[in-house]
Amino acid sequence: MSQEKREIVIPSQLLGDIKNKKAGRGTFVENGKIYAEILGILNKNSNYINVTPLKGRYDPIEKDFVIGIVEEAMSSSWLVDINAAYPALLHVNEVPWDVDFGETERYLNYGDCIMAKVLQVDQEKKLQITLKDRNLYKIKGGQIINVEPSKVPRIIGKKGSMISLLKKYTKCRIFVGQNGRIWVDGEDDGIKKVINTINMIENEALSYGLTNKIEELLKKEAKDVH
Amino acid sequence: MINTEVKLFENGKRIDGRKPDELRKIKIEAGVLHRAEGSCYLEWGGNKVIAAVYGPREAIPRHTQNPLRAIVNARYNMAAFSVDDRKRPGPDRRSREISKVISEALENVILLERFPRASIDVNIEVLDAEAGTRCAGLTAAGVALVDAGIPMKDIPVACAAGKIEDQVVLDLGKDEDNFGNADLPIAISPRTGEVLLLQMDGHLTLAEFDQALDLAIKGCHIVSDIQKKAIMDKYQSTQGGTTQ
Repeated sequence: MSQEKREIVIPSQLLGDIKNKKAGRGTFVENGKIYAEILGILNKNSNYINVTPLKGRYDPIEKDFVIGIVEEAMSSSWLVDINAAYPALLHVNEVPWDVDFGETERYLNYGDCIMAKVLQVDQEKKLQITLKDRNLYKIKGGQIINVEPSKVPRIIGKKGSMISLLKKYTKCRIFVGQNGRIWVDGEDDGIKKVINTINMIENEALSYGLTNKIEELLKKEAKDVH
Repeated sequence: MINTEVKLFENGKRIDGRKPDELRKIKIEAGVLHRAEGSCYLEWGGNKVIAAVYGPREAIPRHTQNPLRAIVNARYNMAAFSVDDRKRPGPDRRSREISKVISEALENVILLERFPRASIDVNIEVLDAEAGTRCAGLTAAGVALVDAGIPMKDIPVACAAGKIEDQVVLDLGKDEDNFGNADLPIAISPRTGEVLLLQMDGHLTLAEFDQALDLAIKGCHIVSDIQKKAIMDKYQSTQGGTTQ
């Protein structure tokens, strides 16, 4: 991996020619030239030119695990905010409970948090989520931290390296939603440590060798306590 | 008439000491508000403008939704204390017109098809006014949209040219606007040179119009560089600084 600085690009910046590379995510093509369409980080390593966004809303993808907050309980469904541009629909058929018509409020009400899976995104960007999968349930206790959705892959790390590191050193239960919401539960000290570390990862998301750096830091902290 | 009292030109210099093709001082800062998804603070001479972007989010009321693309709601508002005499607060004919033309200018650069049924809300608040607030507002809105991470084809930029005492000049100041002959604000897409907004107040001959348009486009490109630098400054310092 190269050690040079990651390059930040802004919309309308010329990135390359369509003859040499293919236009990937976060780019558009005009007159055979590739331009950036969003503020983000340039990635030219593969055949594609990609721009990873720095900011912006969560773009839902089917089968993503997300953390949602219930906005409204309707007679046979709920509207859930999953930090996307649109509220997501959770139908009573997609929950593990047997809900009678009009009784939805007894199970999930305004303000409740749930771990959910994105079931469907249609052409009109209408969203449906489900609770019918392993480890999906209503959240009771713990804390939710908000981060930029684009930073989620860094927090998880390669094959979950970063997140398992966090779990190992803080003894907290952590669930990272792809929509930039992170649920943490455990001892108060542990939660504090997780929050601090996640803030650090978010601020330094662009540097290389971050996992090693975080491990050293957590090790040091663990020693200081004992 | 007051016109005789004000001398807008002296020894080739304008009333505020600028050359005919010189812009006022511009300062742009991106990402100044925490609650908005994207924001920008801009100072352009005596103008102080703040722009905030919210969304994309579901458009409300529902009948305004477009199933194929997003809509842009720009709202231009002047603060009561932004002018010499207190401005009566609330939308009026002038601010509604400016809101509309700015919305339409922004619609042409944002990739609206990515967000069907959504709305992108742009609030432009003029805190201090000194001629050319619509240009300042649109320029600030462009930076705020980039800061919000909204996909777009280009960063829109605006600048005005005009005519004072029979000479075409760039970026009119307050007295020049009040006592000059014409004002020509334009907005362009700097990458392609497409015109996004063009209005004119006053009289210009065809030759003068062409000259003013060229001058304003030149001004836009200068402002565009300042815009890009402001965004880079903000993100280079917070994001790119840490390398091993």
